[in-house]
Amino acid sequence: MTVSATAGGRGAGLPMGTFLVAKRAVLTFLRTPQLVIVGTVQLVGFLVTFRYVFGGAFGTYKGLDYVDFAVPGFIAAGVPFTLIGTAVVMAEDLHTGFVDRLRSLPSPSAAVLTGRVLADTAVLAWSLAIAALVGFGIGFRPHGTALAALAAFGLCLVFGLAFSWVFITLGLLARNGQAAQGLSLLVFPVTFGSSAYVPVDTMPGWLRAFAENQPMTWMADAVRALTLGDHAVHVLGHDAGYFVPRALAWCAVIMVVFAGLAVAVFRRG
Amino acid sequence: MTGPTESEPTGSEPTGSEPTIEARGLVKRFGRTTALDGLDLDVMPRQVVAVLGPNGAGKTTFVRSVATLVKPDAGVLRVAGHDVRRDPRAVRRAIGLAGQFASVEPAMTGRENLELVARLYGQSARAARAAATAVLESFGLTDVAGRLVRTYSGGMRRKLDLGASMVSAPRLLLLDEPTTGLDPRARLDLWDAIDGLVERGTDVLLTTQYLDEAERLAGHIVIIDHGRAVAAGSPAELKRRVGGNVLEVHVRDEADLAAVAAVLARAGHEPQIDAAVRRVSAGVGDAGTVHALVDGLRAAEAAGVTVADIGVRGPSLDEVFLALTGKASPAEAPAETSTDV
Repeated sequence: MTVSATAGGRGAGLPMGTFLVAKRAVLTFLRTPQLVIVGTVQLVGFLVTFRYVFGGAFGTYKGLDYVDFAVPGFIAAGVPFTLIGTAVVMAEDLHTGFVDRLRSLPSPSAAVLTGRVLADTAVLAWSLAIAALVGFGIGFRPHGTALAALAAFGLCLVFGLAFSWVFITLGLLARNGQAAQGLSLLVFPVTFGSSAYVPVDTMPGWLRAFAENQPMTWMADAVRALTLGDHAVHVLGHDAGYFVPRALAWCAVIMVVFAGLAVAVFRRG
Repeated sequence: MTGPTESEPTGSEPTGSEPTIEARGLVKRFGRTTALDGLDLDVMPRQVVAVLGPNGAGKTTFVRSVATLVKPDAGVLRVAGHDVRRDPRAVRRAIGLAGQFASVEPAMTGRENLELVARLYGQSARAARAAATAVLESFGLTDVAGRLVRTYSGGMRRKLDLGASMVSAPRLLLLDEPTTGLDPRARLDLWDAIDGLVERGTDVLLTTQYLDEAERLAGHIVIIDHGRAVAAGSPAELKRRVGGNVLEVHVRDEADLAAVAAVLARAGHEPQIDAAVRRVSAGVGDAGTVHALVDGLRAAEAAGVTVADIGVRGPSLDEVFLALTGKASPAEAPAETSTDV
């Protein structure tokens, strides 16, 4: 046997470890039809349903078609929905010992987490791109520049970086797939209690108070402002220069808090 | 009764060299549960050590401590000369772990799984490919190397998992209940695979609930209970400690059982009849084997019966386990039929 020549690897570095773990996660996604279907169709289903079921009742908002109001919000709110799977996979990796295997290797343990975040970003880019295309298909048009629209897309991927850590933490805490799925239901109040789908000024006072002060609203409005161009101030009260830094600040806070939590839970073993 | 032993020079272990694992007074608590309660345990180079104990005895916690996955609360734990708390990375370079589940990725092929682990050990793509090829070959998985693991049988997954822990040719292999949940055929296969690794010079620490597995694979057994080592030694030493050989006489005709038993009783033994296997057995203490056999044959002759088989065997590890922990053996080995000497 020739297994011995390379004995005692020194261990891959963090960048290589991250890449290897991410590659495994992306391969798993691509080779599991259920995941591909959910990752591709979920947002599209939402989008089409809301456009045609609720769009009629909604009419226009401050002269803006519902489709132009809703599509950016849907895509922003689609970020946490798409990443629910991360909590489930993380919990299962923990449960089946895959995480133990990786942690017993001489490469940095953090790669288990950073690799997951990287893979999430790749899968998210795919899901959001499909959703955006379908958005165009059902009549959405950006009012600003193409560059601003691209920036809106990029901003959603930054939200993904933040939410990825949230769901990693939930998965690590849940420790099994079903519990992780249950915890992930938190996505509903966060997305529906925001400006993602409808303007907050239609909500009762208590809900409005919540919606106006939570990150999803800032994120949805930042993406929306980038696609509205000159209409942003009229429709939203401020332009993108107001919303985007605040949305990014929320991302930074979420990332710091949940990355810290995830690492703490992870280290506890 | 303390755990660690520099066992008597029956085996081939070189003495005087640095232990592969050295645990002294190891303590680990989870909340109010004390998983390890002052465990002492050594694994010497070229040794295969089985840690045997009932559920909850601390076996898995010990393996996880050695693998740097849990930090001990107190005591000393050195692996390949490195302290697990101070230098976990050096420990990880020396070990390969196969946990209780086959922790391989079902959506990747066997080869991809092995290459992933090899590359995380820091090997180049080319070296990882070569290491994966060698492992696939030595575990008889070459034919299925390109198939997704989700199409593998349970036994194949376990072999691949074991292979993954071997791709960097670690000095110490940690196997936590390697054959739990496998059918007898797959168990035998896996045992052979482990034998092969040992022949190539890997030290092995394995936990098991199966006494026959410990006896089959390990030259040294540590029995732990309530987080402490209660006995250690070679299988033969442990059996000797319980003492007492057993005479077994098998007869052709079930009707003859009572006659044989009666003669043995007259000779001062306490025979027991197991009609299902047409066997009379009796504890014969430390009496010489020949002496006991003669007693058995005399009994048969006196009773005028035909003996199908007669033998004297040492105590089984089950009996050792019962004597040392006060519990019946932790799990029945699957599909075990008595095949005595």
